[in-house]
This record gives sequence, structure tokens and C-alpha cells, in this order.
Amino acid sequence: MSDPLFEFCCRMGDNTLVLGHRVSEWCGVAPVLEEDIALANTALDLIGQTQLWLGLAGEVEGKGRDADKLAFHRDVWDFRNVLLAEQPNGDFGQTMMRQFLFDSWHLMYLKALMSSSHEQVAAIAEKSVKEVTYHLERSTDTVIGLGDGTTESHERMQKALDRLYSFVGEMFIDDEVDAAMVEAGIAPDPSSLRAEYDAQLDAVLAEATLTKPEDDFAHKGGKTGVRHTEHLGHMLTQMQWLQRAYPDATW
Amino acid sequence: MVGERPSIETVWEWLSAVPDPEIPVISLTDLGIIRDVAWQGDTLEVTVTPTYSGCPATTIINLDIETALREHGIENLSLKRQLSPAWTTDWLTEEGKAKLEEYGIAPPQPAGGPKHCPLCKSENVERISQFGSTPCKAQWRCTDCLEPFDYFKCI
Repeated sequence: MSDPLFEFCCRMGDNTLVLGHRVSEWCGVAPVLEEDIALANTALDLIGQTQLWLGLAGEVEGKGRDADKLAFHRDVWDFRNVLLAEQPNGDFGQTMMRQFLFDSWHLMYLKALMSSSHEQVAAIAEKSVKEVTYHLERSTDTVIGLGDGTTESHERMQKALDRLYSFVGEMFIDDEVDAAMVEAGIAPDPSSLRAEYDAQLDAVLAEATLTKPEDDFAHKGGKTGVRHTEHLGHMLTQMQWLQRAYPDATW
Repeated sequence: MVGERPSIETVWEWLSAVPDPEIPVISLTDLGIIRDVAWQGDTLEVTVTPTYSGCPATTIINLDIETALREHGIENLSLKRQLSPAWTTDWLTEEGKAKLEEYGIAPPQPAGGPKHCPLCKSENVERISQFGSTPCKAQWRCTDCLEPFDYFKCI
């Protein structure tokens, strides 16, 4: 295993990169103009945070790779994002359910990172918390609005939850990278946030009149890079093609 | 040329004449993103904090700062990025807030929404979307004059 701090920064940066790219796929085709702008702004925040996390990852690694190099010149097995982030957009409801499930975890984790022993990690978290607070406010409102909406929107949101819930568990699995972060006082154990997450999830789902699936099975393999879903590779062919076809092209 | 180093106050004055690239009615100092100006030996060090981490204006802002200071004869310049403490709309100057309002953008309020419509001053306003044309703004509408307007988000 490479330096745990490098792994940790890649996990943070790949989550925001992959989800940011996914959300940006809506640009120009969202259901209404306001949502199009909101999705593009959310994607922009996430890509901005990616520059900070992957920039730090490159510094920690010390091999001369910057954020762009890490984003565009790694293969699918080198990515460390959770599987939830790479799931396809589906319909608007599925995109917003994915956003809500991620934002809830993201905000809790970032808030904990604000007291990190690592100065740069704490600074990136402090900056990100302000942006992600907005993301969560909006995704929560949308999940409630569509869940407790028309018969059609309710059904779609329930379907989205049923499809995505099995990807929630991975965000709370502890492994040796997390253990090293806990020991260094850099980050908390993800599992320590589960109870708070569940309480928040249950409250929002109740208001959205949605039912949490009973099965707690969790897909895993994203944050370790052991096994991504097939969707990530397809996404990278889109995201990376220019830098792959014309390496180090600039304008 | 061996000239005298301009004073810190002079440099701040120069920077207060550099407009924000996306909202040109306010300056970079109005926006509160210039955190420090200092001489480190012969090098002028300007510390800048981003408004939003993904704001595309950030690189343009750095370029504008560099261009402005070079025009004033600064040769050795270093731009430092500072993330913490994170930028807050509390750092907008009162003058900046007034300029925003005059321009038609409702300035940030601690309550989380605009005080009134920047056009007709009615207090009957509603939110259209939490996000707007740039990361720092949201879309609102006046229910009296019916005009939509930008609100500078409070963060």
C-alpha cells in the first residue's frame, strides 16, 4: 500500500472528481433552467474541491504529479472514490437521491476533518463545508419535494433509493488507511459517523414518505480500488479522452 | 530602475482599483479576498483567498492582480493562496455591499435572504433557486415588481 495520507487524499479528491463529473453531465440538459444552473454550480464546487484534494495528494506523494495528472492520467483501478459517486445519473430523481445520500455523509465527514491534525486537510475541509452545506440543503429539499410529491415522482424516488441504498454502506467501512488516519489524528473512523447519518437519513425519508430498504447489504471496493463498478471505466473514457489523445495539451 | 519600494498602503490603493472580473462594479478589496500585502525583502507578497473553491474567476483574478501590479512597476511579485480562514461574505466592505445593491444584486444578509428587492425595494421577495449565474449568487424574485434578481449568498 502507498502512503496512507496519499490514499486518503485520493479518496477525498476522487469522490469529488467523479461525482462532480457525473453531475456536470447534466449541464444543458436538466429538466428546468434553474436546476441546470444548480447542478452546474454543484459540479463546479466539487471540481474545485478536487483541485485542492488531488493537489495535496500530489504534494504528499512528491513524485511531481499535480491534480490534473492524477485526474487525467490514472486508470480505473487507481481511483479511490466510493462506488456511490460513480453510479450513472439515471433520471433527475436518481441523480438527486445519489446527491443527497452522498452530501449527508460528505458534510458530516468534512465537519470532522475541520479539527484534523493536518493543517492543509483542516483548511480544505473548512473551505468545503461552506459549499457542501448548500449542496445538502438543496438535495434534502429536492428528495423531500419529489418523494412527497406526485405519484409519479414518489415512485421514481423510491426506485432511486432502492437502487442506490446498497452503495451507502461503503462510506462507513473502516480499513487500514482509516486506521492510519485515526492514529495520526488526521481523520475520524468512518464507522463512527454511521449512527448520526442513519438518524438524519431516517428523518428525511420519513418526511419524503419514502421507505428505506430492509436489506443492509453493502457493495464495496471503490474506496480501496479493488473493484469498481463497470460504470467508472465508461465515465473515464469520456472524462479523460482529450488528455489521453493529446497528452499534456494546454490552451 | 532602482526606485523606492511603494508603501503597503499604496499597493492596497492600487488593488482597490482592480475590478472583480465577474461583478465589475465591485473591486477585489471590496470583495474581501485580498488577505494580506507585505514586502518579503524585494518581493511583494500578495495573499489571496478564493471565494468558492471552484470559482473560475480565481485564475483571472490572479492574472488581473499581476497585470495591475506589473503596470505599477512591481517586478518581483509572489501570489500566495490562503484557504483558512475560509472566505466569508462578512468580509465584503460596506461600500461593496452598497455598490452591489445599486447594480441590482441584493447584498448578503445574515438572515439568509435579501432584505428587499434591489430594484423597487419591496420586502415581498421569494427564492427561485439556491444557485445563480455564478457560484456566489442565488436567484430571487420580487413578488411586487415581478422582476427576478440576483442575491449574493451569505456564507
